[in-house]
Amino acid sequence: MTEQFEPTIIGFTCNWCSYRAADLAGTARMKYAPNVRLIRMMCSGRLDPTFVLRALSGGADGVMVTGCHPGECHYIEQNYKALRRFLLLQRVLVGMGIEPQRVKLVWASAAEGAKFAAETTAFVEEIRALGPLNWGKADDVPQTADDIQAAIEQGVDQKEAVS
Amino acid sequence: MTERVGVYVCHCGSNIAGTVDVVDVANWAEEKLAHLGVVVAREYKFMCSSLGQELIEKDIKELGLTRVVVAACSPHLHEKTFRTAAKNAGLNPYLVELASIREQVSWVHTDKAVATAKAKAVISGAVSRVIRNEALDELKVPINPNTMVVGGGIAGIQSALEIANAGFHVYLVEREPSIGGHMAQFDKTFPTLDCSACILTPRMVEAGTHPNITLLTWSEVVNVAGYVGNFHVTVKKKARFVNEELCTGCGICEEKCPKKVIDDVFEAGLGYRKAVYTPFAQAVPKFPVMDKENCTYFQKGTCKACEKFCPTGAIDFTQEDQLLHIDVGNIILATGYDLFDARQVSNYGYGRLPNVFTSIEFERLSNAAGPTNGTIVMRDGKSTPKSVGIIHCVGSRDKNFNNYCSVICCMQGLKFAHLVHERTGATVYNFYIDMRTAYKAYDEFYQRVLEEGTLFVRGKVAEVTDAARYSNEKGKLIIQVEDTLAGKQRRIPVDMVILSAGLQPRYDAKDVGKLFGISCSTDGWFTEKHPKLDPVATMTEGIYIAGCAQGPKDIPSSVAQGAAASARVLDKILQKEVALEPVRASIDKDSCSGCRICNGLCPFNAISFIEDDHVSDINPALCQGCGTCVAACPAGAISGTGFSDEQIMAQIDGLLMKNLEPEIA
Repeated sequence: MTEQFEPTIIGFTCNWCSYRAADLAGTARMKYAPNVRLIRMMCSGRLDPTFVLRALSGGADGVMVTGCHPGECHYIEQNYKALRRFLLLQRVLVGMGIEPQRVKLVWASAAEGAKFAAETTAFVEEIRALGPLNWGKADDVPQTADDIQAAIEQGVDQKEAVS
Repeated sequence: MTERVGVYVCHCGSNIAGTVDVVDVANWAEEKLAHLGVVVAREYKFMCSSLGQELIEKDIKELGLTRVVVAACSPHLHEKTFRTAAKNAGLNPYLVELASIREQVSWVHTDKAVATAKAKAVISGAVSRVIRNEALDELKVPINPNTMVVGGGIAGIQSALEIANAGFHVYLVEREPSIGGHMAQFDKTFPTLDCSACILTPRMVEAGTHPNITLLTWSEVVNVAGYVGNFHVTVKKKARFVNEELCTGCGICEEKCPKKVIDDVFEAGLGYRKAVYTPFAQAVPKFPVMDKENCTYFQKGTCKACEKFCPTGAIDFTQEDQLLHIDVGNIILATGYDLFDARQVSNYGYGRLPNVFTSIEFERLSNAAGPTNGTIVMRDGKSTPKSVGIIHCVGSRDKNFNNYCSVICCMQGLKFAHLVHERTGATVYNFYIDMRTAYKAYDEFYQRVLEEGTLFVRGKVAEVTDAARYSNEKGKLIIQVEDTLAGKQRRIPVDMVILSAGLQPRYDAKDVGKLFGISCSTDGWFTEKHPKLDPVATMTEGIYIAGCAQGPKDIPSSVAQGAAASARVLDKILQKEVALEPVRASIDKDSCSGCRICNGLCPFNAISFIEDDHVSDINPALCQGCGTCVAACPAGAISGTGFSDEQIMAQIDGLLMKNLEPEIA
């Protein structure tokens, strides 16, 4: 029997919602997969997409981005900017030959400790199913916009199959 | 210069040490992170204790530490503690980082080896980050001493009076024509059976006449800008069509108005009001409002009876809604609750079976100033019920509706039982799931009602129906219930049913929360900063919550919260200035290309474009520090203090252990 692959995941959290959700999961002693290491930011809007690339190039197998639910941003609407960047980043990742589902966006309010724990565990399983991150080979990489879109949609299908 | 870093690993009793090998973690940090500047790593039983803090302070002074990492609980708990300790030892407080190894490690993982490894990674990230931290100074801004209280129920009135009595000005904003809230509708209050109006109206009058209170009734907040100490609030003062300067409150307009309207709000649909009206006799302020939808003049163009008879010429059909701009330093939200709509529980027949009443209808029915002058009668308006069933937990503790307990309904049901018994001599049944009579003198009231002969059936009522099966059920309402103490099904015929409906968040609580920048719990109540230790503050500084807006509660608790919120506000006012977190974005003008991408991103309008220099600029007092512009700047010209690119990149590398020196085999 081969040893189970334990992915390393970096999680970006918002000070006002998801970081507090993580705190709440702790206070309530909810158990979840230990593979995610968190970074606290003031807002998901602070997420520079290069942070995600830095994490992936530094050895992370996946990155979880969390923020307040749409309409509940502490800074009014900055989580929408995080959403926009996330969607663009997915396309960039595909262009680099990385499975887009290695980056996940989760909305979790400060009251949703249980959701935070469940989403974390689910994401770890998704990344475990994908295996360690391998930077794509040049000839595998989709070239046209249509190919990239197809790859993202295929990634979504695969994710649903896992969960 | 290399920084000198101290790492402090907390046991938190066994909370951390039970799952994380703290000694191993400290030793590892001292050895493996030494090249980053770690000169000392210690573990201690309780870092937050005064001895733990002294340990850090001593090291700062004696070992000349320039950076501190405390691996303990969440920064939301003790960041301030350790920052203060550093400050006491002469180190800038922003050179301290917390690594959360309790909430995010020891409490959520079980395998000791895995938890220990994760704790090391978290500390490694914090060390990499802290050596890139900058010394920061808090931003001091003055506090406007005026306060706004939104909601004129008993919680809001109490808040306003406390602050006004302390000598500071309050704007009390109320959506309805009068302050008083739900309490003004009640007849008696449990458990003392005090007359509700007798204890409430003196407070209303005090608030209405207080020199430090500006009463804004028939008004709503439409916009909130600014931040703690300096909020700019826009209030819409709806047209009353009555000139408040001239009106004496004599009531002649109301008397002469020919148009009768069913009063759905104050009388819960059981009574009438006129098109120009004050909701009740003791209303504060005494000025009536005109209901445009029902006014004959507004609808048909003729009438003006009120204007003809008004002795002071106060009626003004041309009045328009006004927008008032008010600057305040702090805001208390006491916006209250909505009653659960009992129609949703269709098996209880409210709205279909005439003699099924809601709790608020019964309050009006039993109120001496209500539509029946306090006579408890059935829907026909004349017959007295001989038997009454009171059903608890309607819409509460029910997965189909609201999962929570509405707190007040048990005591309310007991109060109703007492009133029915006292005034009609009817047989009274209470149907309850669990009897909840916590708090002072509540259970004694339960015992009193028991002794009065009220019958109690433990069980959730399945159905209220008028379909008689037996001769004694004819013309009655039959309550079908499982008596869980006797272990059998019962059918109890009664004349009248009262539904003790639960409390729910205001229908627009979410929108109001958004307006003031605070959040709601999953149930929809406003979220407090800490459920136990900070129940009236919110995550947004300068915004406080009180009363049922925060969650279901009775009158004493609402009053206590109103006073508590005021104490918090007074504390802020007396400090005269507030220290804002120095987490702010700033633009390096030499790197800024003037592309203006950041200009449209800021929700607080903190970024402006300086045409002359062709660069953008950030106003630090308006910046809230979200960092969205920092992430967006293509030139990397914007940096965010406390959350700079360098700090976050370093933390990423640290968490991934990329900061360790390569092992030489």
